[in-house]
Amino acid sequence: MKGRPVLVPAVLLLVLAGLVALPWWGSYFALFLATEMLILGLFAASFNLLFGYTGLLSFGQAAYFGTGAYVAALLLRDIGPDFVWVLVAGPVAAALLAAVIGWFCVRLTEVYFAMLTLAFGMMVYAVYHQWRGLTGGSDGVAGFSITPLVSGLEAVNLANPMHYYFLTLAVVVASGYVLYRITTSPFGLILKSIRENAERAAFAGIPVRPYRLLAFTIAGFFAGVAGALFGPFNRIAVPEMVHWTMSAEPVLMTILGGSHNFLGPFLGAAVFLGLRTWLTSYTDQWMFFLGLILLFLVLFLPRGLLSLAEWRTRRRGR
Amino acid sequence: MTAPLLEARAIRHFFGAFLAVDGVSLTVREGELTALIGANGAGKTTFYNIVSGRLTPTEGRVLLRGRDITGRPPHRITRMGIGRSFQITNIFADLSVLENVQVALVGHAGAGLRLWRAVARDQPLRRRALAVLGRLRLDHLAEEHAGALSHGDKRLLELAVVLASAPSLVLLDEPTAGMTPEETRAVVALIRELAADGEATFFLTEHDMDVVFGLAQRVFVMHRGRLLAEGTPEDIRANPEVRAAYLGEEVT
Repeated sequence: MKGRPVLVPAVLLLVLAGLVALPWWGSYFALFLATEMLILGLFAASFNLLFGYTGLLSFGQAAYFGTGAYVAALLLRDIGPDFVWVLVAGPVAAALLAAVIGWFCVRLTEVYFAMLTLAFGMMVYAVYHQWRGLTGGSDGVAGFSITPLVSGLEAVNLANPMHYYFLTLAVVVASGYVLYRITTSPFGLILKSIRENAERAAFAGIPVRPYRLLAFTIAGFFAGVAGALFGPFNRIAVPEMVHWTMSAEPVLMTILGGSHNFLGPFLGAAVFLGLRTWLTSYTDQWMFFLGLILLFLVLFLPRGLLSLAEWRTRRRGR
Repeated sequence: MTAPLLEARAIRHFFGAFLAVDGVSLTVREGELTALIGANGAGKTTFYNIVSGRLTPTEGRVLLRGRDITGRPPHRITRMGIGRSFQITNIFADLSVLENVQVALVGHAGAGLRLWRAVARDQPLRRRALAVLGRLRLDHLAEEHAGALSHGDKRLLELAVVLASAPSLVLLDEPTAGMTPEETRAVVALIRELAADGEATFFLTEHDMDVVFGLAQRVFVMHRGRLLAEGTPEDIRANPEVRAAYLGEEVT
């Protein structure tokens, strides 16, 4: 235990410094890839508040991610407010949707919970896909430009990929910090106790369902943050962002990186997208090889990639 | 006259067509160490589940200090002052020993909606958790993984989690199940000490008759869902009906 408080912040600071300096050492392409890694890392981390901390496997997080993306795209297309309002409205809409859907879902646990989140996810997808008048159906919401972050702030031009990258970095780091604080708070401890043993938690005076619902809503909010960054980043919101295959991505990323570590989902997202990018440059059959790599990682590192680092620090600490 | 700590009035409970508890009425007074005995399937655990809110009885009422708590959810009943342990140890295995107790302290204080302050930096919370662990001689294991404890220590930890909720009444469902003779002696001494200190009123079920007759001031006997007898350990030992139905020849 004694090795960790120094090593983890040191590595984290190094990674952050590298990310801040990325525009000066990385390619234009790297900037795009890093933006996507950060956004999906936040998406996976929000999912992990439910999965790793509360013990609820949701297969429907794309509903909130996609809602963030759609609300952002619709606002930019039809109203065009300062971008900061886009970053507020997307997550708030996603959290409201999560609160309503969660109210039903937290009545169940385990595979029944997973099925219910999946079912709601499909319904939400159907709405975005079919409501052509508003969402353009399978064409999505496009043809908008990125508004200034705050009017009058000339120095920031979000149409510039580097500026958008820095905005993403700032929002993801801030959101990650808030999520981290939540996991270490009394609320986070209660969530972990519910994950470990919901019955004992109830017999320790804890109303389990309201806690699960609050976790579900917070996870929805931060999935919405990620979505509100992702839509404008792609200059489009499409039904694929709400599809259940999108819900599977944070699941894979989190398991890949390690659900027992707060940083696991971020690492998992980076590795997942890195592998995908690398494989697609060699073969059209990237999905097969990605599946193969994931298979081996899950078989030999069931607690995720970060379990390697944890093992080393733990040994050093002794 | 003040209302008794716990009063069960004509509790009946069906599982489908099976009558698990059949018209049980009993009273537990503050500070009196009581035990509920009976063969497997006599309905003891079902009765506990009803009192602690895990089950709503088909008929009858449960009163805590005169207040009707029948059918309230477990977290409410816990906060109103009834704590319980389970026959099969029920702890938070992947949390530390300290965190196990902190969960109950936070739950009891209703402080779980604090989303910002770090638990690890909350010194008063840590001290209170250590104090509870100290009562059960577990404070030296505070940083250990709860799942890595010995069976006996896990059972003690569960008791610590129960006590952290500051209960007035503690239901212990076979507190010495699966323990070695030494562990059993230690737990019996501990329960006696906690009861004598007025920590809570203890009400336990037990298969080990030495434990029951060594601890309890008052014993209830259940047999096939009914309350067969109640009285002091001496009364129970001497009761011919109890001997015939349950204790058999092992009681001397």
